[in-house]
Amino acid sequence: MLTYISIFITAVFVNNIILSQFLGICPFLGVSKKIDSAVGMGAAVTFVMLLSTIVTYLLQAYLLTPFGLSYMQTIVFILVIAALVQMLEIILKKVSPALYQALGVFLPLITTNCAILGVAILVIQKEYTLVESVVYAVSTAIGFTLSLTLFAGIREQLQLNDTPKAMQGIPIALITAGLLALAFMGFSGVKIC
Amino acid sequence: MNKLKIILNGIVTENPTFVLLLGMCPTLGTTSSAINGMSMGLATMFVLMCSNVVISCVKDFIPDKVRIPAFVVIIAAFVTVLQLCMQAYLPALYQSLGLFIPLIVVNCIILGRAEAFAAKNNPFDSLLDGIGIGLGFTLALTLLGACRELLGTGRIFGLTIFPEEFGALAFVLAPGAFIALGLLIALVNKLKTR
Repeated sequence: MLTYISIFITAVFVNNIILSQFLGICPFLGVSKKIDSAVGMGAAVTFVMLLSTIVTYLLQAYLLTPFGLSYMQTIVFILVIAALVQMLEIILKKVSPALYQALGVFLPLITTNCAILGVAILVIQKEYTLVESVVYAVSTAIGFTLSLTLFAGIREQLQLNDTPKAMQGIPIALITAGLLALAFMGFSGVKIC
Repeated sequence: MNKLKIILNGIVTENPTFVLLLGMCPTLGTTSSAINGMSMGLATMFVLMCSNVVISCVKDFIPDKVRIPAFVVIIAAFVTVLQLCMQAYLPALYQSLGLFIPLIVVNCIILGRAEAFAAKNNPFDSLLDGIGIGLGFTLALTLLGACRELLGTGRIFGLTIFPEEFGALAFVLAPGAFIALGLLIALVNKLKTR
């Protein structure tokens, strides 16, 4: 049990996927102008990350490794993720139109979110078991949603400020993200077991 | 003349990092030193050149509907080639770039150029575009890496400029990446409005 808690704390705070591992920066800068869309993006990423990690983990364990095809990892994983996102879009449209409406815009964007592929590969590299992988994927997604929402909140306030012309838009957003990362560095000493 | 313009377009007018703002993950993640940034840039450039040429060769045989998955498979194949070569010949570099090598697949620059340029132009022009954009990306990454390395440790490419005690370690770590890139883009914006 302690292992799972440790994975959770590490993935959410200490090694936050955006602020200390630099994965998923595109949606982090792209959909962080409003808190609502940030939460929507976070939910969509959580959903896809959990599913794709389970599927790629099983594929790696029962197909790629036994047949010595590990070098095909990159190709297989990206295809699985692309197919999964497409399938999810079709299923959601039929089963839950409300959820589809809410996530709609963000779903296609997720294929090129490097956090998803990154987590699928990291889980294999860290040699986690299936349950540990699931915990890792969910906590990473929570960490993603947390920093995305925090950042969106700050950016909403930032719009009211009078920033110099050259700094408007992305530059000031990046510097804000830097300060946020600095704050998250405070967690770097935290260690459980 | 026209050919030269394609290359210059990638380096200056449509610089992927400073103007198009694409491919931010490797830009921030691998530039803890100038040499790392340059290697990442060159690795991306290799994949970009190969994928651009192949995609512009096969563009007429791919149905429009499955265009994007087909492009992704082509890009992933070249990334795998790169991965295996680096593992064999440059294991130390492969270790230090780590996860970001397989993640070249999802680098928006490569898919973006395939879609915006290679799918419309002939193979030779696409190769030139790959070289131009690749060089622009490499230059930007090297510049950012050099700034971070200098501010953080007082060195550029391992060459000591000022003693390490005066460096701010934060620039080598995560926060410095965001702040340094933000300031560089602001500088480019300032120069552009002149």
